[in-house]
Amino acid sequence: MDPTALVLIELGAIFLGLGVLGRLAARMGISPVPLYLVGGLFFGHGGFIPVTGIEEFGHIASELGVVLLLLMLGLEYTAKELVTGLRQTWAAGIMDFVLNFTPGAALALILGWGVVPAVVMGGVTWISSSGIIAKVLSDLGRLGNRETPTVLSILVIEDLAMAVYLPILTTVLAGASFWGGLRAVGIALLTVSLVLVIALRYGAFISRMLHSEDRENFLLKLIGAALLVAGISASLQVSAAVGAFLLGIAISGATAHSATRVLEPLRDLFAAMFFVLFGINTDPTAMPPVLIPAILLAVVTTLTKVFTGGWAAKRAGVARLGRIRAGAALVARGEFSIIIAGLGVSSGAVPAELAALATAYVMILAILGPIIAKYAEPLGKKFGYGHPRAQASQTPG
Amino acid sequence: MNVEETRLPGIGTRREITVANGRRVGVIQFRDGEMNLLVSQQEDPDCSLAEIPLTTEEAAALGSMLGAPQLVQHLSNQQGGLAGLSTEQIVLPRESPYASQDLGATRLRTRTGVSIVALVRGTNVIPSPGPETDLLAGDVVVVVGTPRGIKSAAQILHEG
Repeated sequence: MDPTALVLIELGAIFLGLGVLGRLAARMGISPVPLYLVGGLFFGHGGFIPVTGIEEFGHIASELGVVLLLLMLGLEYTAKELVTGLRQTWAAGIMDFVLNFTPGAALALILGWGVVPAVVMGGVTWISSSGIIAKVLSDLGRLGNRETPTVLSILVIEDLAMAVYLPILTTVLAGASFWGGLRAVGIALLTVSLVLVIALRYGAFISRMLHSEDRENFLLKLIGAALLVAGISASLQVSAAVGAFLLGIAISGATAHSATRVLEPLRDLFAAMFFVLFGINTDPTAMPPVLIPAILLAVVTTLTKVFTGGWAAKRAGVARLGRIRAGAALVARGEFSIIIAGLGVSSGAVPAELAALATAYVMILAILGPIIAKYAEPLGKKFGYGHPRAQASQTPG
Repeated sequence: MNVEETRLPGIGTRREITVANGRRVGVIQFRDGEMNLLVSQQEDPDCSLAEIPLTTEEAAALGSMLGAPQLVQHLSNQQGGLAGLSTEQIVLPRESPYASQDLGATRLRTRTGVSIVALVRGTNVIPSPGPETDLLAGDVVVVVGTPRGIKSAAQILHEG
């Protein structure tokens, strides 16, 4: 068969399959990410129907997916929100990092994978899924809750921390020395602060330059700017994703709003490709041996996240039940864990089992996270964490 | 009154007040312009009892329902000395023949002797509206006049 025809057929089958899986996820009320991963496992190396010939396109498409995911994450926040978030919740951010990075890193070391995979696994267990969590909070009608700003600001800090962590990760994966790593940290911190200052001062100007009433024109300018910034960042070892994220932050106001609307379908398409490709590159036969470690890791990092959220909510003066809600809301891991694991896998500096472990881990917590968020509070009430009234009246927000 | 404003990064802004019985009541303003009315639980004021999505029109109607009585109270206090005059608020119903017409078309002054001192539309107050001012369904019409005049004015605004 003509190779182009084969590629078209394969891509068609994959996207159609993802469409069906996405619908299934919506009906079950879960995030589509774990199902996309399952889809990838099904098609991939050692899967039921191995696909060939789409590697090159798949690779570029999934890179685009990561750039668009991060660009749109940046669009969600304004520089001002990030700076206030950083000022108010930096302590919780550090707590979050220490408690949730450690279990992943420790497991990688225990499994004897070495330091570089430990840096990757730490990131996988550290970052909560802001996509899943924001949706859960609004679905459960918790936007008006007193603990919700705390939960959201922890997500903000994590996302901002990614802008420092990803460049470090890229450098470490490239096999840099200690000093090389330190230099990467310096460059990353400098770039992030510089972009925040530029975004605060000249955000309106950048937005005006990119803005256009014509949809097509606007889309081309946006994508062009995003890829350019992402590419330059990648060549500076700051990681393409971070460049896109920072550009997203610099775009503000009405422009950010219409940019979100224009980019959403593209992001959905390419991000789906990214998740599926991650699944394709994961060997399903590597899954069973890592299942027990994945479950253990999920249990431990559920507890550490609940503790992190509870602690932060307590500092914000939230009563006991609210602390449970805050902690449980943060449990879900998703897209970012896969982005981090994906960077590791594509660099070739991590063992193949890491992809399997990350896949199993994210599948568990992306599905269980929203369920835990929903039922933690009634469970807490049952076990006598009640009487919030007496306590809440002492701590007016 | 202390209005507490909290930014919800990536979502919007929440404005709320804590009312006398300890509950929080407020509005979540989403960045895409949508709005939720929020009421907290009595037993756990940290937690929402209800978050009710409101369209712009609904929010405006709710705003005038809450705001107009205050204006009326204020006006009554000011003209308190004048015997025989009272202030009243009349909501213009959707089926009113004057909805989407101008104020002059009602000829309210000529027919009943009452004056329209203000229109309340959502959070906007239009003071001393002229005859060219448009009336919209849901507007709260604040009138001053004799009780009898007000009664017939209400009838005119409702039925024509």
